[in-house]
Amino acid sequence: MVTINIDATRIEIDEDTTILKAAEKAGIWIPTMCYSEYFEPYGVCRLCSVEVVRGKRSRIVTACNYPVREGITVLTNSEKVKWIRKIIMELTFSRWPNVKVVREMAEKLGIEKPRFVSLERDEAEDACILCGMCVNMCNEVVKAGVLGFANVGIKREVVLPFNERSDRCIVCGACVYVCPTGHIKTVIEDYKGKKPEFTLGPKTAIYVPTLQAVPRIPVIDTNSCIHFKTGGCEICAKVCEPNAINYEMQDEIVEIDVGQILISTGFDLFDASPMAQYGYGRLDNVYSSLEFEMMLNSTGPTSGKVLTKDGKEPRSVAIIHCIGSRDVNHHPYCSRVCCMYALKYAHLVHDRTSAAIYQFYIDMRAFGKGYEEFYVRILDEGVKVIRGKVAEVVEAMSSQKDEGLLSVRCEDTLAGKLLDIPVDMVVLCNAIEPRRDSDAVRRLFSISKSPDGFFLERHPKLDPTSTMTDGVYIAGCAQGPKDIPDTVAQASSAAARMLSFIAKGEVEIEPVRAMVQEEYCSGCKICNGLCPYSAIEFLEDKKISHVNEALCKGCGTCVAACPSSAMTGHGFTDKQILAEIEGLMV
Amino acid sequence: MAFEPKIIGFLCNWCSYTGADLAGVSRIKSAPNVRVIRTMCSGRVDPSFILKAFQLGADGVVVMGCHLGDCHYQEGNYKTIRRIPFLKRLIREFGIDPRRLRLEWVSASEGDQFAKIVNEMTEEIRKLGPLKLYIHSEIRQPAAHA
Repeated sequence: MVTINIDATRIEIDEDTTILKAAEKAGIWIPTMCYSEYFEPYGVCRLCSVEVVRGKRSRIVTACNYPVREGITVLTNSEKVKWIRKIIMELTFSRWPNVKVVREMAEKLGIEKPRFVSLERDEAEDACILCGMCVNMCNEVVKAGVLGFANVGIKREVVLPFNERSDRCIVCGACVYVCPTGHIKTVIEDYKGKKPEFTLGPKTAIYVPTLQAVPRIPVIDTNSCIHFKTGGCEICAKVCEPNAINYEMQDEIVEIDVGQILISTGFDLFDASPMAQYGYGRLDNVYSSLEFEMMLNSTGPTSGKVLTKDGKEPRSVAIIHCIGSRDVNHHPYCSRVCCMYALKYAHLVHDRTSAAIYQFYIDMRAFGKGYEEFYVRILDEGVKVIRGKVAEVVEAMSSQKDEGLLSVRCEDTLAGKLLDIPVDMVVLCNAIEPRRDSDAVRRLFSISKSPDGFFLERHPKLDPTSTMTDGVYIAGCAQGPKDIPDTVAQASSAAARMLSFIAKGEVEIEPVRAMVQEEYCSGCKICNGLCPYSAIEFLEDKKISHVNEALCKGCGTCVAACPSSAMTGHGFTDKQILAEIEGLMV
Repeated sequence: MAFEPKIIGFLCNWCSYTGADLAGVSRIKSAPNVRVIRTMCSGRVDPSFILKAFQLGADGVVVMGCHLGDCHYQEGNYKTIRRIPFLKRLIREFGIDPRRLRLEWVSASEGDQFAKIVNEMTEEIRKLGPLKLYIHSEIRQPAAHA
């Protein structure tokens, strides 16, 4: 620790801290234009010049890279400092008079007009002021090493190698981010050559998946993270005080012994892009339900505002039910939740915009507690509900463009009329479908699926949470489409079932087990390899096979294979089955 | 009276038996000719059971199990799929048409599939007619044969 004086303030601070940091701690402002926390001080703008007095000597240094020493006195506002700063700023100001950061800084330093006339005067508002922040960012932080300076003096400029597009550039955007004048810009090339106004997705490489995420822990997208491309950056690790960020972390397989398992793997949203008539993925302003949900979220990409792609409030919104569900070509079942969330969307759009809202439905299924009342309330809000499945969504003809960007064609089956409704935005209510890897999960636990592909419960009425495999339970949309109250009810029931076994401390198992009749066993070992549970062991001393009853599940494969009929299956002995056959022939 | 085939069905407890149960619960109409014996797994079906069923006068035998990969016991149905083709060749030696023996996969949710297989098989056996076997006098013959 050293003690220094900054102007009239006396502070104690670690040796080797820069004057700029010390001043910041003391609450004293020092102007800077090329300084950034991200990289080492560059000291090129010279605006942070201060006077350091040590004994009888005084000298001018740059605060950003000058380390403090015991007993020095720093003057940040002496006449000499003011005079130097003013000249530096006037020179900068004279060259780039219209750049916002330069004007603001000049104003702060009390300069209205520069006294000089620059030969290289640049009138642009987004001129490059040669602060070098982009160069430092690219070389020191990103470690891509693409940007650099060329020439010297008034010819100095920021360039790419050989003034050509560089392969080393990873398009991270760090230079755009630090550029104080906006001279470097990101140009996003959209698939249609249009500029997207917003993207529905995370904006940074490290992000919290959603604000409702449990646990609420950020994740790193290694595909877009600079560190995983160049090994540089690590800014998130630098700013994380508890040092929680670990780039070395890898996926790992952890084995945990458990007695019971609840499978609640949820659902996948039906991809509507194969249904070309609705234009999803092809037309702008056609959204899937989850995308629209994201837009409505106050922490989403539009901060909860309902906006079309060009950033305007829609004049009308169409909400189309049953996309992929109740459809012979896709899923015959009803997805159950869509009618109610479609009504919720209508309510929220009504709440946040003045748009006209159309609902296109096959049947309005307001089946739950308070749901029908909500439907009536939506009708009172003036939402137009039209019974009929939409035939197609097309881009509006140019004559209709002033009414809506898209056109929804449909038959109103109650009025018996063909409709062609211009709208600005279309929201599709996609079906809930089983997760695409549900078959692999199912086979892992040897549980069955129903014809719709969702996991099958042991009994639809009497045992709706357990499965054919003991100790494996299912809940939520993994078992079938259901809304949140139903999921909570089913999951609570499954949890209670599991707890009841834990409380009991022991489990009852089916008495169906295989057993070796030792006097008949010839020790041929045929059964040993057949058992999928490795329950049969060979007793070397007796030269016979033996069934471990705790491991045996009673399938009887070994019983059927035993050539000397030494293996018997309790409950399904040869004698019993032969008697059954005999009995059935009567 | 028209010929009503007697078919013995060996159904695995987890898939096919549940599927047959579903066919009943769903009120799917199917031929009543298949007489069901439940086994824990189709792998439990000893080939001798099938021969015994034919011997005792069954006109057909159907073994139903889970789809491959879906076996509750992981691989019991793979054992079955290896046994049945051998058995088909064997029964031909006895003068039994191999079409009288079938191996089918019916999952717990395929009630309609169960009904379809039962109907198909009943019709096929009906066309084949009653199974006539030369039976040694010492072996007990079933009381009534249609």
